[in-house]
Amino acid sequence: MVAVVNRDKCMYCGACTSVCPKLALELLETRIKVYADKCIDCGLCVKACPVGAIRLEERK
Amino acid sequence: MMNDWDVIVVGAGPAGIKAGEELAKRRLKTLVIDRKQEIGAPKRCGEGLSDRWVTVSGLKPDPTWARQYINGAILISPKGKKIVIDSEKMGRTGYIIERKMFEKFLAANAIRAGAKFLLKTNVEDLVMEDGFVKGVVANNMGDTLELRSKVVVAADGVDSRIGRMAGLNTLLPLAEMDSGFQYEMAGVDLLDPHKMELYFGKSVAPRGYVWVFPKGEDVANVGVGISGTDEKTAREYLDRWLENNKRFENASIIEVNAGGIPVTKPVDEFVGNGILLTGDAARMVNPIHGGGMGTALEAGGMLADVIKEAIEENNVSKEKLKKFQDIWMEKHGKEFANVLKVRHFFEKLNDEQLEAIADIVVKGKISPDVFVELSHGQGLGKIAKGIIKSSPSIAKLIFEFIKR
Repeated sequence: MVAVVNRDKCMYCGACTSVCPKLALELLETRIKVYADKCIDCGLCVKACPVGAIRLEERK
Repeated sequence: MMNDWDVIVVGAGPAGIKAGEELAKRRLKTLVIDRKQEIGAPKRCGEGLSDRWVTVSGLKPDPTWARQYINGAILISPKGKKIVIDSEKMGRTGYIIERKMFEKFLAANAIRAGAKFLLKTNVEDLVMEDGFVKGVVANNMGDTLELRSKVVVAADGVDSRIGRMAGLNTLLPLAEMDSGFQYEMAGVDLLDPHKMELYFGKSVAPRGYVWVFPKGEDVANVGVGISGTDEKTAREYLDRWLENNKRFENASIIEVNAGGIPVTKPVDEFVGNGILLTGDAARMVNPIHGGGMGTALEAGGMLADVIKEAIEENNVSKEKLKKFQDIWMEKHGKEFANVLKVRHFFEKLNDEQLEAIADIVVKGKISPDVFVELSHGQGLGKIAKGIIKSSPSIAKLIFEFIKR
């Protein structure tokens, strides 16, 4: 699994990046960049998100 | 673009901008950079700032950013009891500010002092040499710049990436973060346009509260902070609260905000070789109310003194820069540790127990001022004494908690 950010919902607030133990998420100006190779699908970002914009999805 | 600086500050929020000003005032060549294209927006903030911090920062309330004078607060218990705190008589007034205007105002001051700013500039890497941070590699609107400095100040917020790049542990455990969501709304029917409203209760906001901070006669920041570990989102809590609250029937949204709020102790290490953390990045945040602007502003002068001395002595080692952490902890460490204890005590209470505490305040057994004391890590003993007759079990809980 890997974190996937719904860009329509995302507020780019960085709550997810603060709790990611692997720096797999980076807050850019108007989006969250996901480094899929670093993601360990722990799901902390999913819970941290104030608006429910992140889901874990099957890796393609 | 000059690429040799005394100090590069990463992050142009209150902490970074004020640091920039104070560094420049000490005749250090200072560059403040930010990833965003505009200073101050989007805000991740309820925008409350007390007068005390305005004064500490050497500022005077200016109408361009001091939107609404605040003379107290109204706390609302789970069952709707209202506790009114008159903070004017306690000499603890403040403002709800316009962050965007405030930060641009601060930045103008910093620039007058000699600091330079660079926006839309994202740090991609640190320049590391011999175990020292010597600058940053940044992307400025598509161009890669290597910007070198003697010291880097990481003021890049609660999601501090810079600190972690430098090997400092700024990772925030999920359980120590509140997930925050806020609407700025107009057409709000306020209880009192000069008092902050705070709503408590497990169904309102588990482990947190809903706030209504007036920005005008009928404009307010309406937000919620809840435990990061909660299954539901902060947005769901706020939307449900607004739906169930007839006073907001005619209100509508003019801005949407979100963010993570650290509700824990400061980071263990503020400093490394050639690098120093400040503001939210160091978690200089009061863990009860989540406010961090005041301490972030105040830290600017402290860190500038330390960096000035370090550069003059040609020693920007971790040991030398640690003086900043020592000064800050000396001033706030104990108080913030007590505040965190008070927070942990309240986290354990259920709605019925919160109601019992509200009850003794409403009945006049203790002054509502005790809630201001709590936000400074004091006052639990007073509550225990006031509640010992009506709810001895709560008094016992408090005494046991204090003893530990």
